[in-house]
Amino acid sequence: MTDNEVLLQAIDVVKHFAVRRRGPHVRAVDGVSLTVHSGETVGLVGETGCGKSTLARCIARLYELSSGRVVFEGRDITRLSRRRLAPVRRNLQMIFQDPYGSLNPRRRVGSIIGDPLAIHDVADGRDRRRRVQELMELVGLNPEHYNRYPAEFSGGQRQRIGVARAVALRPRLIVCDEPVSALDVSIQAQIINLLDDLKDQLGIAYVFISHDLSVVRHVSDRVAVMYLGQIVETAAAEDLYARPRHPYTVALLSATPVADPDLADRRTPILLTGDVPSPVDPPSGCRFHPRCPKARERCRIEAPALESRTPGEDTHLTACHFPVHDPAELMAS
Amino acid sequence: MVVNLLEVNGLTVTFPTPDGPVRAVRGISFGVDRGRTLGIVGESGSGKSVAALTLLGLTPGASVGGQALFGGDDLLAMSEPELRAVRGARIAVVFQDPLSSLHPMYRVGWQITEAIRAHTPASRRAARERAIELLGMVGIAQPRRRIDDYPHQFSGGMRQRVMIAMALALGPDLVIADEPTTALDTTVQAQILDLLHRLQQELGMALIIITHDLGVVAQTADEVQVMYAGRIAETADRRTIFYRAHHPYTLGLLGSVPSAAGRGRLTPIAGQPPSPIRLPSGCPFHPRCAYRMDRCTVEEPPLLTVGGGPGHRSACWLPVDARRSEVMV
Repeated sequence: MTDNEVLLQAIDVVKHFAVRRRGPHVRAVDGVSLTVHSGETVGLVGETGCGKSTLARCIARLYELSSGRVVFEGRDITRLSRRRLAPVRRNLQMIFQDPYGSLNPRRRVGSIIGDPLAIHDVADGRDRRRRVQELMELVGLNPEHYNRYPAEFSGGQRQRIGVARAVALRPRLIVCDEPVSALDVSIQAQIINLLDDLKDQLGIAYVFISHDLSVVRHVSDRVAVMYLGQIVETAAAEDLYARPRHPYTVALLSATPVADPDLADRRTPILLTGDVPSPVDPPSGCRFHPRCPKARERCRIEAPALESRTPGEDTHLTACHFPVHDPAELMAS
Repeated sequence: MVVNLLEVNGLTVTFPTPDGPVRAVRGISFGVDRGRTLGIVGESGSGKSVAALTLLGLTPGASVGGQALFGGDDLLAMSEPELRAVRGARIAVVFQDPLSSLHPMYRVGWQITEAIRAHTPASRRAARERAIELLGMVGIAQPRRRIDDYPHQFSGGMRQRVMIAMALALGPDLVIADEPTTALDTTVQAQILDLLHRLQQELGMALIIITHDLGVVAQTADEVQVMYAGRIAETADRRTIFYRAHHPYTLGLLGSVPSAAGRGRLTPIAGQPPSPIRLPSGCPFHPRCAYRMDRCTVEEPPLLTVGGGPGHRSACWLPVDARRSEVMV
């Protein structure tokens, strides 16, 4: 499981995108701090536009940050050039959602998976082929399919190819951006188990991004909930799901369908009104206040800090002036 | 036996392709009555959408067999003009992606009033009033103002509400919702499912929800039908499917979903779904099935009555022992 060594630190990360040359920016990620320890899985959940994928790409340094810092293995990688970033990538890899778009259709699977080994001069010739075939075996692909093209594989198998490529160099951290969202349920479970096994065997840490709260709960040691570019709550996975404190987390959990009729019948989903506001012009104060059943005057004015709100819950942080202590208090409204 | 509003018997749908015929639906029978919700679950390529859309003549190029009695008339035997009178009016469809099913260049109000005027002699003015009323009913704030907006001026959830308003415009007896919330965020999905449920209570229509999401089914369906490779693998009432499933495929699906209880290892189904062009011999699930017997590789099981509850049927040669699922887990 986890030891205490800090592997990655994102410090006050901000990423804004210009929509037009002049005019307002999309504030996709707006001041997020996150720590990942070695061997740990940190889940990032939130709805469309909350900034979770942008944050992932900032952490993996696929985007330049607008401000803030990313520290990986004790080294500030925020401003590293492409060339100087290359050795860092050995230990920091990424898996993408779309198993169709993230593999070059004109290259053979063996050479796709072997790319990291070639780029980092780890192995070549017969040695590389042998290692690629070992990797294929590791992720549950038939090593004899080395010379096939991505199109000859199903969606689940393609995601295995993406996983094999990501683990080729035995990285210490893999950022997984919705790795199972495009897959059918039965295939989804195969990939989740595969990621679990690799974590046990290779001691990999994950940042696991998904809109599916059940999947995130299943894989994560710690979970952070994002809303409109900010983390609104973070805690150990069990703690967060058992005792959500932020009204948004409570609503999100109550709205997640469960594959259990009796449980489904007993629950009353807390229906939030409206949709997520635009990240171009986020609401004042607490960004959740226009949809929050508990919002008061203070929420409109003052943005709440992400901090411990309950004595004895030092690692459970909530950005809310009026945290929830009993979900029933949200039902009445 | 009670005669349902919709009674489908022995439906087959085959698409000709250069690689050979794709037998998307291979002889299925099901029904749904007013005030009831049928959930059809399955993974990509199971035939769940094709089965429902064929009823409305929305699968051009397919050769279709069987019978689909709707209020006594066979939908599959209707001419295109006859079907057009039913489609949209007595049977309505809500699709997954509201952005591609609303015309981007026309105001939403125009699209709803047009649907009303195509089927009824209502005046333009009356149809517009009805459209405003419908938008209000599906929870769109200030409908009188929003009616003249274009689809892109609505968010995803609001567009799906517009689609539902359009589906309900003519007071249909049956609504077919094909993955109605798949493209939506969790909190918006909850709003839409709640809306569909509430409208069904008020209007008493029959509802077919097609989905890959077992959670959606657990929450909304009265009866559930699990599809695999163009056939019904198992069908029963909701609680029987979730708590006393018989078919190994259903059990596999349930084992693949992370449970509310936390982090136990998932028990997924091995392998991949079969190609609909080259289906395995015998039971189409046998190459992935942990309980395969010799017979399964040769002979495809019919939908047999099993003991989990009334109407519980499973296409599996395993003994009719309803408690098997509990033993396995």
